[in-house]
Amino acid sequence: MTTPRLMQGNEACAEGALAAGLNFYAGYPITPSTEVTEILSRKLFENGGRFIQMEDEIASMAAVIGASLTGAKAMTATSGPGFSLKQENIGYAAMAEVPCVIVNVQRVGPSTGLATAPAQGDVMQARWGTHGDHPIIVLTPSSVSECYQLTIRAFNLAEKYRVPVIMLLDEVVGHMRERVELPSANQVEIINRKQPDAAPHQYVPFRSGYDKVPSMASFGEGYRYHVTGLVHDDDGFATTNPEIVQSHLNRLQDKILLHTPEIVDSEQVDTEDAEVVLIAYGGTARSVTRAMRMAREEGLKVGMFRPISIWPFPEEQLKLLSQRNVKFITVEMNFGQLALEVERVVGGKNAVYRANQVNGELIKPDTILDRIREVY
Amino acid sequence: MLPEVEQYFRIEKLPHMWCPGCGNGIVLHSLINAISGLGLDQDKTTIVSGIGCASRAAGYLDFDTLHTTHGRALAFATGIKFSKPELNTFVLMGDGDCTAIGGNHLIHAARRNINLTALVFNNNIYGMTGGQYSPMTPNAKRATTAFYGNIDRSFDLMELAKGAGATYVARATTYHTELLTKLIMEAHKNKGFSLVEVVTACPTAYGRYNKLGKPADMLKAQKENAVNIKSLKDGIVPEGKFLIGELYRAEAPEYIDQYLQAATKLREKGGK
Repeated sequence: MTTPRLMQGNEACAEGALAAGLNFYAGYPITPSTEVTEILSRKLFENGGRFIQMEDEIASMAAVIGASLTGAKAMTATSGPGFSLKQENIGYAAMAEVPCVIVNVQRVGPSTGLATAPAQGDVMQARWGTHGDHPIIVLTPSSVSECYQLTIRAFNLAEKYRVPVIMLLDEVVGHMRERVELPSANQVEIINRKQPDAAPHQYVPFRSGYDKVPSMASFGEGYRYHVTGLVHDDDGFATTNPEIVQSHLNRLQDKILLHTPEIVDSEQVDTEDAEVVLIAYGGTARSVTRAMRMAREEGLKVGMFRPISIWPFPEEQLKLLSQRNVKFITVEMNFGQLALEVERVVGGKNAVYRANQVNGELIKPDTILDRIREVY
Repeated sequence: MLPEVEQYFRIEKLPHMWCPGCGNGIVLHSLINAISGLGLDQDKTTIVSGIGCASRAAGYLDFDTLHTTHGRALAFATGIKFSKPELNTFVLMGDGDCTAIGGNHLIHAARRNINLTALVFNNNIYGMTGGQYSPMTPNAKRATTAFYGNIDRSFDLMELAKGAGATYVARATTYHTELLTKLIMEAHKNKGFSLVEVVTACPTAYGRYNKLGKPADMLKAQKENAVNIKSLKDGIVPEGKFLIGELYRAEAPEYIDQYLQAATKLREKGGK
């Protein structure tokens, strides 16, 4: 471990990306994610990497995909309206299976909303923001050190499964400062995309084996292959053949479904004896942790289930928990987005309540405690 | 197919999907002649395209090829070129693709003077979607979305590129194929953002709605209406005519060069 430092969540994302091997960043200024762009503009310039401030969010997403196709580890960061604009090319990355990482530091929406205030209104957009069914992985850190660790993991997952991976922060997590001890470089596990083992003339760019993930050649290495956002066959060329279309789109889904057990991540705190389990992620989990302690002091048996990957959702873990006689409260800074997923997984076996707030402020422990008392 | 161009095509993907009389194939031939004439390494050359009829060209060419999203080809190409500057990067776009939805990316690629060679297939119409007017459809011409004639003013793409900072700006037509090949070669040799507009016929949509005759008539019109800048007298383009040839060339620092030089200088100075 390195010397402890005081660090901001956005800064930890930037540092995590560098530790993961980031060498290309394209971005556009937007609050509250701008620090990621500012920090990387300097660091990449210093370390031989590439930084470019593009003309808009659409272009920065496009440049990230272009760079990744040449073999770079590429990332962009944004918030609110910028995340909406990136959706077009996030879909392209999903369809063409181009590894990349998108940091979205959530603010209050819709539209320009509240530019400097936290919310968690992009949970569903992170999953379904681009048109069409598509695979995606979304991670939600709730501390500064987790911003660092999960950004590294985001790159590893993007490379391993050839998918866009979204780091879903909120303004609280992005801007808060905490003491962190970062692992030294040799302690960081790095996963790189699978390289083709076939000679260029035998390379079939979108054919995969048992793991459903094709190997990926970089542009400029003699493989001379075609990449398109149209539905394509294993050779990479557009097709409208219904059988190939179905099998291609199936594979895109399956490559995440197949690996869901190793992708999902969640944490449980004091759930062993809990009668009420609070479900929270990101900045909200901080208030929930405090509310939980306050409730315990009153003798209320309260625990927390914290999804760390929200897409795919840690379904099996929550199902196990729901086999016990517990009540759930999903606490979110939105009108109930992940709550829908919780309710689906629990499937009516347990009482599921909600605690929601969208006023530009982090939901307070007292507010959550009141809700705990109501449902206990 | 001529053996000297065959190596650059994915022969198994032909015949192409363009309509009879479409000029896009002629543009491709000139592009390949230029790439061949420049002696570019096929493994180190990448073709990036947007969405539309012209952008389907990428699929027929045997390079690393990237068929992107509508209007975004230059932004994807910026990522490729900036990440791997040794790749010769050609960007193929249609007029709607490049100047409407891609207009912002066009002016900023030109402003940066990033070393990309852009080709705009200008058929004055959105062909793939069936003939709607584009920012390059001349005023008063008809389209499926301008049944009574287009009231928009059209871009002068050459002036637009020049004004935005492109350092090589040229225009040819599918009638003037040797000139086109030469201009693409010169465009690629320019270290900076280069744009070549190619006037190409869309007989199926633009030609039909505007009663421009058969494909051969549309080609003939290109011959008759194009004025080579070298033969221009008094600098005045006659009414109804347009200029072809190398229209603008300038010296300016190239984006990636600037970035790499500045970063190297910082490291040499012992900065971080």
